[in-house]
Amino acid sequence: MMFKKLALGATVAASVLTAGFAAQAQDAINFVHNTYRTGAFSGSGIPVGDGTRDYFTMLNNRDGGIGGVRINFEECETAYDTRRSVECYEQGKAKNTILYVPWSTGATLAAIPRAHIDKIPIFSMGYGLSASAVGDVFPWVFNMPITYWDGANAFIQHVAQQEGGFDKLRGKTIGLLHLDAPFGKEPIPILEALAKQHGFNLKLYPVAPAEMQNQSSVWLTIRRDRTDWVYNQGWGAMNPTAVREAARGGFPVNRLVGVWWAGGDDDARPAGDAGRGYRALNWHQTGANFPVIQDIIKHVVDRGQSLSAKEKVGENLYNRGVYQAIIIAEAIKNAQAITGKKVINGEDMRRGLEALNMTEAKWAAAGAPGFASPFRVTCSDHNSQSAVYVMEWDGKAWKRLSADIQPQKEQVRPLLEEAAKAFATSNAGWPARTEACQNNS
Amino acid sequence: MSAVTSSAPKPLLSPALMATLKVLGIFGAIAIAIVVLVQSGAMPKGSIGHKVLAAPFIDMWDLPDLLVQTLWEGLVAGVLYALIALGFVLIFKASGVFNFAQGIMVVFSALTLVGSYEIMTQRMGLPPGTVVAILALIIAIATMFVLAWLVERIVLRPLVNQNEIIMLMATVGLTYFLIGFGEYIFGGNPKVMITAQLGLPVGQTQFNILGGRVNIQHLDVAAAVIASVMIAGLAFFFQYTRIGRALRAVADSHKAALSVGISLNQIWVIVWFTAGVVALVTGIMWGARSDVSFALEIIALKALPVLILGGFTSVPGAIVGGLIIGIGEKMGEGYWGPLFGGGIETWLAYVIALGFLLFRPQGLFGEKIIERI
Repeated sequence: MMFKKLALGATVAASVLTAGFAAQAQDAINFVHNTYRTGAFSGSGIPVGDGTRDYFTMLNNRDGGIGGVRINFEECETAYDTRRSVECYEQGKAKNTILYVPWSTGATLAAIPRAHIDKIPIFSMGYGLSASAVGDVFPWVFNMPITYWDGANAFIQHVAQQEGGFDKLRGKTIGLLHLDAPFGKEPIPILEALAKQHGFNLKLYPVAPAEMQNQSSVWLTIRRDRTDWVYNQGWGAMNPTAVREAARGGFPVNRLVGVWWAGGDDDARPAGDAGRGYRALNWHQTGANFPVIQDIIKHVVDRGQSLSAKEKVGENLYNRGVYQAIIIAEAIKNAQAITGKKVINGEDMRRGLEALNMTEAKWAAAGAPGFASPFRVTCSDHNSQSAVYVMEWDGKAWKRLSADIQPQKEQVRPLLEEAAKAFATSNAGWPARTEACQNNS
Repeated sequence: MSAVTSSAPKPLLSPALMATLKVLGIFGAIAIAIVVLVQSGAMPKGSIGHKVLAAPFIDMWDLPDLLVQTLWEGLVAGVLYALIALGFVLIFKASGVFNFAQGIMVVFSALTLVGSYEIMTQRMGLPPGTVVAILALIIAIATMFVLAWLVERIVLRPLVNQNEIIMLMATVGLTYFLIGFGEYIFGGNPKVMITAQLGLPVGQTQFNILGGRVNIQHLDVAAAVIASVMIAGLAFFFQYTRIGRALRAVADSHKAALSVGISLNQIWVIVWFTAGVVALVTGIMWGARSDVSFALEIIALKALPVLILGGFTSVPGAIVGGLIIGIGEKMGEGYWGPLFGGGIETWLAYVIALGFLLFRPQGLFGEKIIERI
């Protein structure tokens, strides 16, 4: 009797579960997202992961997903390790993810040769291989809204503005403090070109990952070189250390400008008073003063479904995660509209991404009016090379310092195309683009 | 097979001093040769030889303030490296095991300190300040004691007399446990070290000397002083007290120590607890230089070249090794780094250690082991 009951219970439970899974598989869009909540880079990885996760949770809670389909959002922990990122790519593939978001330049480089084979688009937002902006060569890779090359270009423009013109750059010493990894080395070619053009001395200051928190000798070298400006292409624990060491060595922190990944609140805060004046590039606003952030607080944070502390919601890197999620959600909507399908796959998502046109109205409709500059993706331009601005840390929060700086597309784009071509030739058998263009792009 | 320490007739000068003199002699000869070469015009400016052998020294001469600053930074780094190495040496002496978990113990102890401070001030509503910070410090020290006790109970005791590689693997396991446990309790978010609250000095003094400036961070001075006092205290403790003698007996042979009535378990708890406190001090000092996060674990790797150089069993070796590596890598990075495109200090530390090993394969102060077959 007992056994019969048990067997019956087990059968019922099994059938309910199977039905549940089947329903989920049919009516949900699977999205596996790389994160690093552990390891040496978790300080940067956690807020970004929280922003993206909370936005999709909010869409599921508020609207029941996108176009009536729930987003089955799943995180895959990489600890910023390329090997584990590749495992996460494989996991995503097995789970039919519509998109691969590597969150590391090394992981992006590892995935680029696989994306067109597995039909999984890659979205490396403002990182990854700069040359992948050329959609004609990299139809499966998207890296809007800006490349590292544009970032370095905008930094030099900012220096020129501060110094009183490009002609004042001649004879100046400008340093690139960078993580000694693919991510850190990305802006070197463009800086070399700019140094030649404007006559400044470019000095490279690599920081090995093992020395991220032990930078005193790098800053002594900077002092000896009498470097005038330093551009910080850092990530994780490297950034708070750089800000502190700059202050320790007597380098004026308002001449230390971070790339957008070196602009976390936790990068500047640990230095205390000494961090006041530290600058970083950015391409979206900070703060919780947007309807979309308020909706996240209402539908996710206040319900106890967020992993983030409430006071961190609206910080710079949190908002970076939200920015990414808004773009991905828009691309999903595009894909649904283009294909007429509710549950899309990777191929549909690629078309949705290529049809992205984030107008001011779109940003406002997403609950983020004035949150970021409008941009448009086209078949050949998977980046848009949008504007950045410089912000400054006032000791408590980031404050906007400059107007929008438009990267010099006419200078950067040919270099990107050259690099893309070089990539295709050096990787024998790189396929020519066969994917059709969307009408609107 | 038995291992005994060599007992050759005592030379006039100790072997370590002899080795140092040899090295100094070689460097002196090289220096004279360089001066002759540059003066005679055999090594023109801009040539590779000039860049490697002469230009850095001319730099040092031209900017003496920077040289002093570099030496000071090297000294501070060296003392801190010595502190990390000390944690390894203590455990290696007592249990013959390379404690893979030393790095994560640095993170774990620092996180316990900052984490309990946060909990007390934010969740329990205690007023932030020195009193709570000291309380957090006591909690962190107590936690390290509990950890030492647990490690002895759960990890070491069942493995008495096992092969060393098994002990090493046990510490690898401990590392992963502490990473996971630490993340579970404190999360992966980086935290800010409570430097000022602990009464540690902040700010800096600038000396305008030698035609330039030398910045001395008050925290660095405190770090150097605290680390030196700790190292001296530990060296004294293990050299001259009963427990210290017991420790050395355990280091020589577990079985022999047990047979004369030394409590292996007690020694292990004491040693692991001491290593835990050393880890805590290391965590505070490095944490104050950047932030308290799991990235601090990497810092422990800096101890490896120090250990190679100083020998795994020698407290003075850890100190001298730390200083040589610290000053050597800062000088190397500052003056020769640009020739290699910078970022050389990671491997330079090992090159320095290997350079010394050419003259003393057992490390500066390591024991010369003769194995009788």
